[in-house]
Amino acid sequence: MDYEIPDDLLYTPDHEWLRRDDDNTDEVTIGITDFAQEQVGDVVYLELPDDGTALTAGEPFGEIESAKTVAELFAPVSGELIASNEELEEQPELVNESPYDQGWIVRVRISIPAEMDKLLNAAAYRELIPED
Amino acid sequence: MTERNREASGGALTHLTLRERHLTHGARFAPFAGWEMPLQYEGIVAEHHAVRERVGVFDVSHLARAWVEGPEAAELLRSVTTFDVTTLPEGKAHYSLYCNESGGIEDDVFIYHLPRDRWLVIHNAANAEQDFERLRAVAGEAASERTAGTTMLAVQGPQAIALLSNVLGDGFAALQPRDCAELEWQGTSVLVARTGYTGEDGGECIVGADHAVVLWDALVAGGATPAGLGARDTLRLEAALPLHGNDIDSTTQPYEAGLGFAVSLDDGASFIGREALVEARSRPRTRRLAHLAARARGVPRAGYEVREPGGADVVARLTSGGHSPSLRLGIGMAYLPARLAKPGTLLEVDVRGRALPVEVIRRPFYRKPKDA
Repeated sequence: MDYEIPDDLLYTPDHEWLRRDDDNTDEVTIGITDFAQEQVGDVVYLELPDDGTALTAGEPFGEIESAKTVAELFAPVSGELIASNEELEEQPELVNESPYDQGWIVRVRISIPAEMDKLLNAAAYRELIPED
Repeated sequence: MTERNREASGGALTHLTLRERHLTHGARFAPFAGWEMPLQYEGIVAEHHAVRERVGVFDVSHLARAWVEGPEAAELLRSVTTFDVTTLPEGKAHYSLYCNESGGIEDDVFIYHLPRDRWLVIHNAANAEQDFERLRAVAGEAASERTAGTTMLAVQGPQAIALLSNVLGDGFAALQPRDCAELEWQGTSVLVARTGYTGEDGGECIVGADHAVVLWDALVAGGATPAGLGARDTLRLEAALPLHGNDIDSTTQPYEAGLGFAVSLDDGASFIGREALVEARSRPRTRRLAHLAARARGVPRAGYEVREPGGADVVARLTSGGHSPSLRLGIGMAYLPARLAKPGTLLEVDVRGRALPVEVIRRPFYRKPKDA
């Protein structure tokens, strides 16, 4: 199975991705990878915290309910949740159909920029994907 | 992202005859009752909708196929199952139960009456061994299990009857709901029945392993979407069909589970559990298997606690639960105290610490359109 792993994103071993919105801001967008959406299956609901919630790197902050299972979302970095993707309330399947674009999950204002250095680049993340 | 409760695999699994075909369709397998079974192909929701809107094909060869044969077969079966099969005409199938002496449900089964005093009993895979022991105990050598060497396919959906009639011919087209027959097809015999487990019209076919591929290919070429155990579970849950091991088990009785239609007491015949069921029928139910529909976003799942709104006491645990793809809301079942089991009652399900409001509704959750 060939999974899409865009070169311009950062990744966690838990299969979240992170995109820096703009080089000049500390705001990032977070979602789950193509591999992750394939593993979890049809997404039917996301349980996410309210805007303003403080996230801690490596800690669970939300849940993805799929047709067959429930998976925890882990924060790739620490920071404040500034938005969640409202489109997913009506169309949770966007996480499956467009994991890196329309299926983004939350935006976060990061509080510890150095944590970004611990994330994986695309090549390193690709190493973690099992050969199918 | 980490999945909770991934089912552990381990031990040698039985492979399906059609394993290569499943792989061709992109099957993701999961262990189930000792079998390696397709959990899904393109996705549970897409397969679910294919069955509700068109037609799907499930490989259900894990279901155990036991036979009881001979002139005594009906009486022997009557002594171990709740339904009076002696009234079941040749060419008909009926749902029934195996109970224990306390009236608890040891398994739910489908019994098929075939010509020449031959009876087929379909057992759940997880209970196959003890179920067959039950038959052996009363029928001895007249009971035989013939699961290996055959393949069982369920073809379900509004287009299922047309598809099966096209593939198998007029012999299938002539069948009425819950009819069963053996048809000559491509030089072999196919056992067919108008039965299923999805809430849709359809049929089930049992064919020798040497003809499994050609039957599967004909059904898929005719438009059937391969569907896995994931969709089978969401479909049966929407149809409010109980799953043994979840919604019914050795500690639950037929009447409280809403399965009184599978119990015959008036013929006076003796069967295992009869005394307990006579007693159960005569007294008011203290609890009932109730059907809960979420009134907010969230997915209730098996094992989650049910409370009265704002209440501290756990009044029940969900026996099944999930997201209904057809209704686009969370649904579940639970044994509720009788006073709470009335349709319209509002309750809460504890979804990992969050209270999800639910309402008791009349079964089923989903009913196929009358004109479909």
